[in-house]
Amino acid sequence: MPGAIYAEGLVKTFGDVRALDGVDLDVPEGTVLGLLGPNGAGKTTTVRCLTTLLRPDSGRAVVAGIDVLEQPDAVRRSIGLSGQFAAVDEYLTGRENLQMVGQLYQMRAKAAKERAAELLEQFHLADAADRPTKTYSGGMRRRLDLAAALVVSPPVMFMDEPTTGLDPRNRQQLWEVIKQLVSGGTTLLLTTQYLEEADHLAHDIAVVDHGKVIAKGTSDQLKARTGGERVEVVVHEREHIQAAAEVLAGFGKGDTTVEEHMRKLTAQVTGGAKLLAEVIRELDNRGIEIDDIGLRRPTLDDVFLSLTGHVAEAKNEENDGTDKEAVK
Amino acid sequence: MSAVTDTVRVAPAANPVSQSIRDSMVVAKRNLIRMSRIPEMIIYGLIQPIMFVVLFTYVFGGSMQIGSSTSAVDYKNFLMAGIFAQTVTFATASSGAGIADDMHKGLIDRFRSLPMARGAVLTGRTLADSVQTALTLVVLAVVALLVGWRVGSDGDTNLGKVLGAFGLLLLLGYAFTWIGALIGMSVRTPEAATSSGLIWLFPVTFISNAFVDTSHMTPWLRHIAEWNPFSATVQACRVLFGNPGQSQSDAWPMQHPVWASLIYSILILVVFRTLAVRKYRSATA
Repeated sequence: MPGAIYAEGLVKTFGDVRALDGVDLDVPEGTVLGLLGPNGAGKTTTVRCLTTLLRPDSGRAVVAGIDVLEQPDAVRRSIGLSGQFAAVDEYLTGRENLQMVGQLYQMRAKAAKERAAELLEQFHLADAADRPTKTYSGGMRRRLDLAAALVVSPPVMFMDEPTTGLDPRNRQQLWEVIKQLVSGGTTLLLTTQYLEEADHLAHDIAVVDHGKVIAKGTSDQLKARTGGERVEVVVHEREHIQAAAEVLAGFGKGDTTVEEHMRKLTAQVTGGAKLLAEVIRELDNRGIEIDDIGLRRPTLDDVFLSLTGHVAEAKNEENDGTDKEAVK
Repeated sequence: MSAVTDTVRVAPAANPVSQSIRDSMVVAKRNLIRMSRIPEMIIYGLIQPIMFVVLFTYVFGGSMQIGSSTSAVDYKNFLMAGIFAQTVTFATASSGAGIADDMHKGLIDRFRSLPMARGAVLTGRTLADSVQTALTLVVLAVVALLVGWRVGSDGDTNLGKVLGAFGLLLLLGYAFTWIGALIGMSVRTPEAATSSGLIWLFPVTFISNAFVDTSHMTPWLRHIAEWNPFSATVQACRVLFGNPGQSQSDAWPMQHPVWASLIYSILILVVFRTLAVRKYRSATA
């Protein structure tokens, strides 16, 4: 049985640009999928196709058990969307915004009013509830936008870069809110350019580049693909570098890299903490004094680099705005 | 599963017509609240037509010939129907800019992801703009009376006819807001919507009977002016107000201005509503 969000071979072209080039996704009910990729990779276009905003040229999509292309209206009743830009009316108060959204979800006026009050409380916006949202801070606006997506507690949620542009403190806060939400059983598809964010929030990660899913798996599985962990040693004396390199050669799987000026050696290993203890013992036996030693696991940055041949962040700047262009 | 019980909050799908009306009202309310929070927009919306009344009355008034009369009083009574009609068409720019702004800020995306009636976002906006138009017309009528405009100055009239004229004006304005809605859905920025919403209005309102007597125009221009949908409403207002300068032309819209005004306005409304809603359905921000 397909998951709460299911896509098969989604293709969407804009002129010459093949924004989606056969996207396949399967998100089991109650889990979080992080769609990770640089700007222009097709993340936003994927979300727009799944939320009925855009009709794919070909492919199939099922959300909450409903065919997106055949019954878009029924899908809209079962989803919440929180966009890249905080889509709330800046001249309306927080309360008025939420009431309006509730009514447009076809709630009765009274129910919409009660629900708005509930959400304002839950998202710590009660004090600002009756102020126009243009007086809100960036973080408050994102929270309101998220609240608007949750008015009917939809079983399936989509969040398109929910924390882009937020400062670290507000990002942390929003993460907490998202975690609470997911613990309540909501299925979530989240797009992000922040590797850390996907690592933090998502059960599964799909890496997207050039309109295709180029890798799928848990964070750990993806990291394992990049060649596993490394031991990093910083020796105290420059003359010990050679001796330390010999030690590491005995444990490592490949070449040991040496950064002379930093007195730092790095070797790929397998075996985790147990191995690290053995390395320390051996260094100690040979009287090599060390300043620092550690086991470094690959970050999603490393994953991205090994999958695409370029770093995610660097590509952003080059291609800034291509995703938006492509959507137009 | 909590999600299932929660979706019960959503009322069962109503019949499409009543849902459409209800959704349009929710959106209209939103736009009216918005307008009330930006009072300067309403005030500027009022200053412009008032300025036109004063400038045309006092600057042009003495040198215009209406029929065979060059009296400033006749021009004043002739002018007001034209100013009223021009004023209602300016709502086009406001609708266009408002909708372009919603597109730009991502609100249209939010609306399009909600299970609401497809045309309601645009209907709500155009209705709210028409409420503002009605308000502007009331203020403008008072100013017109203050500078000396009188209904029945050159013919029969009664309260019903005067209200009928304002009804035609509102209908014309409402039809034109849908042109604005289409423009708003088609351009990328609110600024572009404002300027492209106004530019074409100048030839439409000036190549007409609004400010001058068309009988003095070059023949080809006169034909355009007499068949201009905008002229039909102006002529209808002059007839219903009993004001001077009614066209004596044989052109059908000038002979049957009330019918012509109704037919034109409804035609514009239907055509542009269809186009704008179609655009909305496939819109991408």
